[in-house]
Amino acid sequence: MATIHDIPMTQGAAPPSGGAPVVAVEDVQKTFGIHKVLNGMTLRVSRAETLAVLGRSGTGKSVLLRLIIGLESPDSGSILINGQNIAGLTLDGMGEIRKRMGFLFQSAALYDSLTVAENVAFPLEHHRKEMSRTERDDRVDELLAEVGLHDDHRKMPSDISGGMQKRVGLARALALEPEILLLDEPTAGLDPISSGEIDELILKLQREHQMASIVVTHDLHSAKTIANRLALLDQGKVVIEGSFEDLQQSEIEFVKEFLKQS
Amino acid sequence: MSDRAATASTGIPPTQASNITVRGVSPETYPIAVFTGFLDWFGNLGIFSWQVLRAAVTPPYEFRELIRQLDDVGSKSLPLVALAGAAIGAVLSMEVRSSMTRFGATSMLPSAIVYSVIQEMGPIITGLVVSGRVGAGIGAELASMKVTEQIDAIEASAVNPYRLLAATRILACILMLPLLTVAGDACGVLMGWLAQTLVQPISFHQFIDAGFRGATLKDFLPPTFKTAVFGLIIGLIACFQGMRTRGGAEGVGRAATNSVVLSSLFVILADVVLVKLILVVFS
Repeated sequence: MATIHDIPMTQGAAPPSGGAPVVAVEDVQKTFGIHKVLNGMTLRVSRAETLAVLGRSGTGKSVLLRLIIGLESPDSGSILINGQNIAGLTLDGMGEIRKRMGFLFQSAALYDSLTVAENVAFPLEHHRKEMSRTERDDRVDELLAEVGLHDDHRKMPSDISGGMQKRVGLARALALEPEILLLDEPTAGLDPISSGEIDELILKLQREHQMASIVVTHDLHSAKTIANRLALLDQGKVVIEGSFEDLQQSEIEFVKEFLKQS
Repeated sequence: MSDRAATASTGIPPTQASNITVRGVSPETYPIAVFTGFLDWFGNLGIFSWQVLRAAVTPPYEFRELIRQLDDVGSKSLPLVALAGAAIGAVLSMEVRSSMTRFGATSMLPSAIVYSVIQEMGPIITGLVVSGRVGAGIGAELASMKVTEQIDAIEASAVNPYRLLAATRILACILMLPLLTVAGDACGVLMGWLAQTLVQPISFHQFIDAGFRGATLKDFLPPTFKTAVFGLIIGLIACFQGMRTRGGAEGVGRAATNSVVLSSLFVILADVVLVKLILVVFS
């Protein structure tokens, strides 16, 4: 099978912004038990760039995000956030880096004992202690309005739909104005209309906040809509990386099959 | 507990199981597997304890969450502890009366009831009741948070979950157990008096006077404060079981059950050691 090494135009291609990478994953390997999930994963994302990571289920897409946010540790290789290697950092050391990152979990992972507003306020309460109660409430209002949830402050996560939970999760991820946004299957489980709304929301947020974003998805349509670059994974590594047109022009069998089935 | 946290602290990757049940092992190697399972469990508990201790003593401190947990562990357990204490007082009164009558020592009944309640029955019953209510509650709550990635979300928000979730709950258990024990003791003595009065009327003042005659703080304080150790055991085991859960709904159920069973068992074992220690130090 042809790999990224046979397609010189895409491997290590400079991101559109041309800046230094904000996130750099270098030759990362990760194994769970006997199952090797990542096998020499390398990719880089720059500021104001959105990279969509595509692939079949079980190819390590979500594991990649968990490695970047530090919830898992690579077996080998390095992960650099703004040039700093996060391997070996303590929980509190990693905390300083995480304050500059926002993470949207696939299931939104809202705190089910807190209201919608309290969920969004959670990072602010812990990391913006200089804010007064009023300032914090105003910021929460602003974030919820940004994701289209004006009137749902007092609802509990169990009272709102899956799409609304994703929006709350997004608002919470943006609370600290992160430089890096990680989105794990933002449209998974949503109907096409809700998926489109989430895509539009992500695009709007990208334009306004200029973050480096990595979106893990199996939804090619969503990836085409929101991403500058796409990276397709197979067998634990990037098979091809580039624009959607680059993927369409690829002669790699796996890429053709993936596009055909999507 | 994330792989990072556990691995960074000791270099040892966490195990897959959070309980000490071993499955799929041949009969010949079963004893060895059980033994290594025990060691594995205790080792991981030790790692977890170190993570929590380190988080608990470094700022920022989670005072608001601690207050919430003090309410959850303390005031919400109070009715159950009071009821259990009252029941024990009544039972003791009936049982001890029967023995005392046989030996013609009914005048010692108040002392027998009071000393039994404050020195042993009150503390151990409080420990076991709280182990059931609070242990299961903490184990299930944290397990549910673990399987729905809420604990990962807390960590991803740059908040230390050991500090926010575990340290606050453990400290709440340590602080509340002695207070709950006092409440349980009070209810036990009160109900002991009521049960006694129904058979052989005696004023409450006389009962208390006779019951506490010769008693000193040495008889009351050590047994009461030993329940702080019970609180440490209950909180630590329940948090450990909950935060290492895997396996969805089944895992949550297993975490809740194991929290109760293991914390109750270790409370009883700890009581044996603590009673001996108290007798050695204070006698």
